[in-house]
Amino acid sequence: MTAELAVSPKVTGFLPVQYAICLKGIVWREGLRFLHQRERFVAALVRPLVWLFIFAAGFRQVLGVSIIPPYETYILYEVYITPGLMLLIQLFNGMQSSLSMVYDREMGNMRTLLVSPMPRWFLLSSKLIAGMAVSLPQVYTFLAIAWFWEIEAPPLGYIAVLPALVLSGLMLGALGMLMSSVSKQLENFAGAMNFVIFPMFFASSALYPLWRVREGSPLLYYVCQLNPFTHAVELVRFALYCQINWISLAVVGGCTALFMVGAILAYDPSRGFLARRGEPGGGT
Amino acid sequence: MTTAEPPAVAIEGVSHCYGKRQALNDVTFSITPSAFAVLLGLNGAGKSTLFSLIMRLYAIQRGHIRIFGRDVGHASSEALRMVGVVFQQRTLDLDLSVIQNLTYHAALHGIGKQDACARAADVLARIAMSERANDKVRNLSGGQMRRVEIARALLHRPRLLVLDEPTVGLDIKSRADILGYVRRLVAKDGVSVLWATHLIDEVSDDDDVIVLHQGRVLVHGSVSRIRNAADAQDIRTAFTRLTQGADAASEAP
Repeated sequence: MTAELAVSPKVTGFLPVQYAICLKGIVWREGLRFLHQRERFVAALVRPLVWLFIFAAGFRQVLGVSIIPPYETYILYEVYITPGLMLLIQLFNGMQSSLSMVYDREMGNMRTLLVSPMPRWFLLSSKLIAGMAVSLPQVYTFLAIAWFWEIEAPPLGYIAVLPALVLSGLMLGALGMLMSSVSKQLENFAGAMNFVIFPMFFASSALYPLWRVREGSPLLYYVCQLNPFTHAVELVRFALYCQINWISLAVVGGCTALFMVGAILAYDPSRGFLARRGEPGGGT
Repeated sequence: MTTAEPPAVAIEGVSHCYGKRQALNDVTFSITPSAFAVLLGLNGAGKSTLFSLIMRLYAIQRGHIRIFGRDVGHASSEALRMVGVVFQQRTLDLDLSVIQNLTYHAALHGIGKQDACARAADVLARIAMSERANDKVRNLSGGQMRRVEIARALLHRPRLLVLDEPTVGLDIKSRADILGYVRRLVAKDGVSVLWATHLIDEVSDDDDVIVLHQGRVLVHGSVSRIRNAADAQDIRTAFTRLTQGADAASEAP
């Protein structure tokens, strides 16, 4: 009588409802973490409000804005920069979520996520969605405060802008995730954020229309055109007025896919930077 | 012809390098189901690397790892569902409560909240931590955190539990409690355990012992076999002789 080694009884794959449970769990944890960090919420709001109430008020007379789509009349400078400030919230939020991934990796929490039997791409996508979801209430709170400052969009615009915010939030989160995968330490990532956040924000259409930039520097104009943040701002600006900027939609969609694939590859144990560096490990 | 149950974990010819530094070199051993196996090695022996490979945190560069017959490299999802892990470094979220940490882990395995809460209540009762369920992990002692990590590792009812130096940094009583609890899991529930340690006093005479040193398996077998291999009276002396012998051999011209 010979003995033959068998595999363990059939382990069935995951059901769609189990994927949904996993996604919900990751979003829930990100939400809880956000609630625990009240200072983060305050900081996320104060930053754009300072721009809106102080910077915009001061520069209103200096930086005139002509009639450009999607606006049909002359607008106040505060109205012009509102979409850019909404994206500033999402930009900081995306980087903050990614900073927490670096922190989790250093603290070991990241391993809890990565040893889940769910597919790695699904886990990272869920993490990305969770980070984006946390940014939405921040943006809408900012819009509510701005509304009291008489910066109003068409009522339907507040709904129409939601898909644009989802997409831009995913793009910025994916960029942060990609950055976090190549950053070895928390301090390195915090430094790298400064090389991304401020250049992205200032070299975009967030604070001034691109025709004004072109007048000052044609080279900078092209840099701004190549900046995906510019297209995210324009996507949100048009959506807030119930319009679609197709070029911006294509650029933001494409960049989201590109950054996401990059992040998934980077966190893949067989190809990623983690394996090459010997992370996440600890001992040997 | 009969069909034998596959090993709880089978490591076959596994090698791993970090750049030019070789952490594991042709490691081969297997553990029978419902056994308590001790992976004994000094710091830097390669234990954590092996655990990271088992849990697919790193890609397997060479060789195969199978968990109850499922290849970690090719069927990682199926394999990982059968494993619970406790890492050397704490991996609990300090700002969440005990129960929140457990339900989060359950969600990562696709277990719904109702089921997760029931399972969490069960495992917390078994480790005598029910009364701390709603406490933040930050407020627990080191030993209690380890118990919660073990409870978490058991939540999805794995057939194999791998623990990487789980008693490091704990006092004598906490160490004894955790070791005793895991041994009872093997005896009562038939869970297979791979327990990595450098503490020889955690080895019992009935254990299956794998001595890992400088990334190689020096000897694998029962405690008596290890003693015989080193011609020693006790496991501590045997371990010292084996590792010193390997060091001397590697330093020889």
